[in-house]
Amino acid sequence: MTSFTVKNNRIEGVLRRFLDLVRENKELREKIERELVECNNHFVNASAVMSKEALDASLMSPKQRIDLEISSKNVMSVDIPQFSSSTRTSNEGDIFPYGFAFTSFELDDAVMSLNELLPDLIRLAEIEKSCELMSAEIEKTRRRVNSLEHVMIPRYQETIKYISMKLEENDRSSRTRLMKVKDMLLDKAHHYSEHYN
Amino acid sequence: MAKNIAVIGDSESIKGFAAIGMDIYPCDDNENAPHLFRKIADGDNYAVIFITEEMFGLVEKERKRYEERLIPAVIPIPGVKGNTRIGTKRLSSFVEKAVGSDIIFND
Repeated sequence: MTSFTVKNNRIEGVLRRFLDLVRENKELREKIERELVECNNHFVNASAVMSKEALDASLMSPKQRIDLEISSKNVMSVDIPQFSSSTRTSNEGDIFPYGFAFTSFELDDAVMSLNELLPDLIRLAEIEKSCELMSAEIEKTRRRVNSLEHVMIPRYQETIKYISMKLEENDRSSRTRLMKVKDMLLDKAHHYSEHYN
Repeated sequence: MAKNIAVIGDSESIKGFAAIGMDIYPCDDNENAPHLFRKIADGDNYAVIFITEEMFGLVEKERKRYEERLIPAVIPIPGVKGNTRIGTKRLSSFVEKAVGSDIIFND
């Protein structure tokens, strides 16, 4: 297989994976954008019933923390990131960094809905970065294929044609030379030209 | 090494993210945004940086440096001011870059 077909096959493989990923990305992003707007509405409602200072103070010292382990996966020679998340405390109640006595239930709703969105947000980051990296790699490979297809290969074909024509020309000239030499030798041995003249 | 998630944006939009365990960097001053972004992205502590769509447009030049790196992933999210669809446009630009024309979003 030539490197050209290898590259072309590779581009098709990456492209298929890329488009699947983009479709997933699109759906996930639409879902997240919808739900984030919802979350923001909850926060706006919360700030309507609580003072700004009280709201800020209740969110000020979070108990929860997310750690991301990063690994990379190779998809058709493109490195894409994989995130696996772990939370510092396993207790679900730890997403609320405040006591319930002086805060509004709207705030609980807001924090809870945001927390539910967390796995999706991490997944979105993962695939959106993958899409970014893959699109750059596909573009690069496509350029390489294009230059092979439209510049390098025609140039080599031109060279092949030139060399084979030269070789044929050489072949013809040495053949005629040999024929001439043969004629001369025969003439010398048998004196043909004397007989015919 | 375990890394964390950062969120940049106006303080109204991002304060909730602190509760669920992300580090928030409120930035209500647009001029300061590129500087803040670079500081966070170069700090090497974050694998993912969520940034409000509004700020995302402001740090365009700075973002370019991280485009080809595995991390950080810089991801736009809508803020309180609503959805400007920058994220979807960005996704469609990826398709356009890879395929040559946008075959997924133009319907």
